[in-house]
Amino acid sequence: MPEHSPTAKWLRHVLLIIVPVVLVAALLPHVYSNRLLLFNFIVFLTLAQGVNIIYGFTGYLPFGYVGFFGAGAYGFAISVMHLHWSPFPSLVVGALTAVAIGAVLIPLLRLSGPYFAIANLAAALGLAQIVANPALQGITKGPYGVSLNGIYQPGLSYGTSIVILVFALACALYLRHSRFGLALQAVKNDPISAAMAGISVVKARTMAWLLSALIAGLIGANFAWYVSVFYPENVFSPDFSIFAIVFALFGGVATVTGPILGVLLLYGLYNFIGISSPQYFQLIYGLLIMVLVLFLPSGIGSLLRRWGIHVV
Amino acid sequence: MSSETQLGLDHSPSTLQPLLTVTGLVKKFGSFHALDGAGFNVKPGEVLGLIGPNGSGKTTCINVITGLYRPDQGTVLYQGKPIGGLPSHRLARLGINRTFQVPKPFMSLTVRENVEVAQSYGQAGGSADDGLKDIKILLEHLELDRDMNRLAAELTSAQQKMLDLARALATRPKLLCVDELGAGLNPSELSRVAERLRGLAKSGIALLVVEHLMDFVDQVTDRLVVLSAGKDIFSGPLALAARDPQVIEVFLGASDEH
Repeated sequence: MPEHSPTAKWLRHVLLIIVPVVLVAALLPHVYSNRLLLFNFIVFLTLAQGVNIIYGFTGYLPFGYVGFFGAGAYGFAISVMHLHWSPFPSLVVGALTAVAIGAVLIPLLRLSGPYFAIANLAAALGLAQIVANPALQGITKGPYGVSLNGIYQPGLSYGTSIVILVFALACALYLRHSRFGLALQAVKNDPISAAMAGISVVKARTMAWLLSALIAGLIGANFAWYVSVFYPENVFSPDFSIFAIVFALFGGVATVTGPILGVLLLYGLYNFIGISSPQYFQLIYGLLIMVLVLFLPSGIGSLLRRWGIHVV
Repeated sequence: MSSETQLGLDHSPSTLQPLLTVTGLVKKFGSFHALDGAGFNVKPGEVLGLIGPNGSGKTTCINVITGLYRPDQGTVLYQGKPIGGLPSHRLARLGINRTFQVPKPFMSLTVRENVEVAQSYGQAGGSADDGLKDIKILLEHLELDRDMNRLAAELTSAQQKMLDLARALATRPKLLCVDELGAGLNPSELSRVAERLRGLAKSGIALLVVEHLMDFVDQVTDRLVVLSAGKDIFSGPLALAARDPQVIEVFLGASDEH
């Protein structure tokens, strides 16, 4: 605010967080051939920041977060199939589709705690059912899936995903350093006293909600572009919500680095042992989540904080 | 004794227009009438004590005035305009604020951030340029400056009460509702709080003070309104209230002889 240092802080965090992430994401494909895996990392890094924005800064646990991701993917696909638009305007259509779904779901914000989580999950499942309905085959191709081979551009769409990740990180950094982010945390702490501090609680929550929808919609649309062939159960898979939430929680929400750490460690672990021996993975994952909930409810970020390390 | 000189002062703001005028306020919860026609007014620079037994509607009154509840009947006039039913954040920007019976600071924010957020969102014309200096002065005044960078959750409950007050004051209120700020404080803390509230009134803020501690009420208020079952039954200085048969009946129960 009135001090000069916040701008300097901003710049420092951009340099410390965003620049390394961009460099690693851009350079790794040259030395590591499994670009799909790298792309999936970017997808989860982005989704974890989206969860961070809605859960970390407002306290709403979005169990149906994948709804925005799927909406983005199908918005993109419909724009390409029916409007014959090129990928970039179609990304915008996908993102706006997700934001529109978010706007329709604004009344859910009246619910709190588990009620919101369940209602959000139901909304995402419902949306998936609508999209997969054979009666809508003319629009969404129903359960038979979408094939967009005309626009398959793995290099360009991978690059675009890095830009979207940077956008998500910048949003989270903004919330970490702006008075709006402070207001959101105040609302999360105590909505009644936040209102007495002059904050419009409904407006603040709505903006965070739509912002998180926008981020998931963008990366969902990008996902559709990158894979080009997908089914409703791919882009509406509840795994996206669960993974993104667990990664964000594991690292520590309401920070920017926490969710990044969570994705790198847990999704790394998942790919290391999860594919070859999924039964051990599930065992370890289950234990990890239990330990986390019992001993580190604010993520490993809070562990670092306890040791006196400032977490951005 | 000091209260008598303050009572003397009461006659000078009487020429001023009331800042807040409440008339015939009714608030129902199901069939229970928490407020049943309460009415009173407060002038700028005046400290009005709102007292009454438990359940008489004191806190409900503050909750209606500060927008937590919408009144079922009656009017709340602030600066001559009806404000009943406006949302809290708009009232805060109009200059109405409060503290809470159980303090409600933003626990995961630092003391300074608590005040900062209220300052940047709650002031009528946006925050001033010298905002940071204001925060320091305010926190020094409430003896919170040394804990400025600690989380609100780490403060003692007395400090949290002061932070609640700081959060309210950071919005530059014209009307401040204080809900049992004294409860749980030790005598030396109490007299300092009383002094601060008097200081606020002197600066022109109208105060509405809900309190059970009668010494504190005596020290702080210019005038009292006694509520019983959601209605105002008395208005005047404490000395007169203590002799009013209806007030005595409400507080001590009706005498056995009819």
